[in-house]
Amino acid sequence: MLFFVEQSLNGLQLGITLFLMSAGLTLVFGIMRVINLAHGSFYMIGAYCGATTMAATGSFLLAIGAALIGAALAGMVVEVLVLRVLYRREHLDQVLATFGLILFCNELTRIIWGRQPLFMDVPPWLGGSIELLPGLIYPIYRLAVIGVGVAVALFLWFLFSRTRLGMQIRAGAENREMIGALGVNIRLLYTLVFGLGAMLAGLAGVMAGPIMAVESGMGEDILILTFVVIVIGGIGSIRGAVVGALLVGVVDTMGRVFLPSLFRIVFSNAYADSVAASLASMAIYLLMAAILIWRPRGLFPAHS
Amino acid sequence: MHITRERLIVYGGVLFFALLPPVASFFGEHYLISLFTRAMIYALAAVSLDLLLGYGKMISLGHAAFVGIGAYVVGIMFFHAADDSLLFGFIGGSENALVVWPAAVLVSAMGALVIGALSLRTSGMHFIMITLAFAQMLFYFAVGLETYGGDDGLPMWNRNRLAGLDLADKLHFYYVCFFLMSVFIFCCTRLVRSRFGLVLRGASTNTRRIRALGVHDVSYKLVCFVIAGAGAGLAGALLANQSEFVSPGLLHWGLSGELMVMVLLGGLGTLFGPVLGAVLFLLLEEFLAIYTEHWMVYFGPVLIIVVLTTKRGIYGLLVGGGGNRGG
Repeated sequence: MLFFVEQSLNGLQLGITLFLMSAGLTLVFGIMRVINLAHGSFYMIGAYCGATTMAATGSFLLAIGAALIGAALAGMVVEVLVLRVLYRREHLDQVLATFGLILFCNELTRIIWGRQPLFMDVPPWLGGSIELLPGLIYPIYRLAVIGVGVAVALFLWFLFSRTRLGMQIRAGAENREMIGALGVNIRLLYTLVFGLGAMLAGLAGVMAGPIMAVESGMGEDILILTFVVIVIGGIGSIRGAVVGALLVGVVDTMGRVFLPSLFRIVFSNAYADSVAASLASMAIYLLMAAILIWRPRGLFPAHS
Repeated sequence: MHITRERLIVYGGVLFFALLPPVASFFGEHYLISLFTRAMIYALAAVSLDLLLGYGKMISLGHAAFVGIGAYVVGIMFFHAADDSLLFGFIGGSENALVVWPAAVLVSAMGALVIGALSLRTSGMHFIMITLAFAQMLFYFAVGLETYGGDDGLPMWNRNRLAGLDLADKLHFYYVCFFLMSVFIFCCTRLVRSRFGLVLRGASTNTRRIRALGVHDVSYKLVCFVIAGAGAGLAGALLANQSEFVSPGLLHWGLSGELMVMVLLGGLGTLFGPVLGAVLFLLLEEFLAIYTEHWMVYFGPVLIIVVLTTKRGIYGLLVGGGGNRGG
């Protein structure tokens, strides 16, 4: 039982990372109707900026600040230079141009930081573990990640439903010509939304830094998981991103942990481990396929 | 026969590929033969992708999945032939190209049928993300296949056998690839000019109208997806033979992206264009890598600029008015 709770927390933590990624991406999809493969690059940029700042100053808060600023700046520059031209183009052009961006970003990080992965330490004040329940010891850092994710979700909810900017963003998703005609500066709005999405990705990147290695190409694996989240949740829907991210996080973690033991009951050991490992990494895609059969537009489609 | 600019370029291309080996041998540049063998195999995969992108308007970002399936069929059959074991307990291995290659094509086509049937329930951005996700699923599946090398891949000690030919011989293998690529492209050109191709293009231009005519466009698209998957599977089988090695890298989405780049560089919806695109891509990779290991940092922006500024790819530029984009 304790083990189950621990694994649920791990799943929750992966889900939070995926939520930070997919919230930004789903906004870009939903509002600008543009498919952006380079979103994983902002995650990578955030992680690299954070790791470098951490190594130079030793301060984790500064590292987070650097990651947010670096990713947001990169996002806005990319929006102005490349994405802006792509809004009215076909999806194929968007895919290819952002694929070019990925190649560029990955190679650039290799030139700047080399091929060796960087490692970030957990800051001392977030190090160690606490006993959540009798017998359940959990790392504080992972709890902090979950806490930040929940805070960001609340902030986004507040931003979208209680502020003027949020209202404009929602209106822009509904009908961009109309909101332009009402005198809202759409170009600026788009750049801001894109920067916000990149910033969230950068936050996810820097928080993943102490858990995973920071290396070139780290953004692509998470990007594809993010796509799965968005397909499950429905394009353009923050609520869908929350539900999809948690679902994917939990199913992925649980599959990896419990499938091998399930298989061991049925098959011989070595064979069971091999098959279970394969199936566990496929679990979320099977989940996605099942949801597609049931609801082709995702659980919470924004434009239904 | 009326000679158009397009015909001239196509016949010129055929002549070029046919004469390349003797000319390369004459100048002692034997590596060119292997390079162009690889280019033709990639071209085969790119042409099959062009059926999807250019004619069906199905933007699949998971085409490498079918290349990988084809390659793994060859690799796994070889593995079982080598240690005389049985796959699933009843399928024996084989090294015979006449058995293994059709099997690779068939299995890839079946994979495309399943993935296509699921993915075609959606369209637009969903379709792009879902094809990518399914390809990635197969990638992780291959990584987890410990029996067949898992992450490290599956080496083959020699190429498949083909009666009367020696596939290990550079020249023989070159002309086998040339033959298969030509046949596939010929079939594709017939296909897109048939009623099937017309429906496909009609559905991508005006779906509502095609449906109003009583045509179930999704089943046409699915058939197109399966044919493209089969073509990619054949390319995978050849690629496995060429490198005598099969690895999860063949299923990686990076390869899907590269195939897409080849199609667009060469000319979308032209079938011959992707061949040019594949050759150009491999040549660039080969020669830029001599000057800098970081060639991607230049290639990325070039790709973006090409996308943002050109409309018809190289083939379109060569042919003039003929190669209209998107068919």
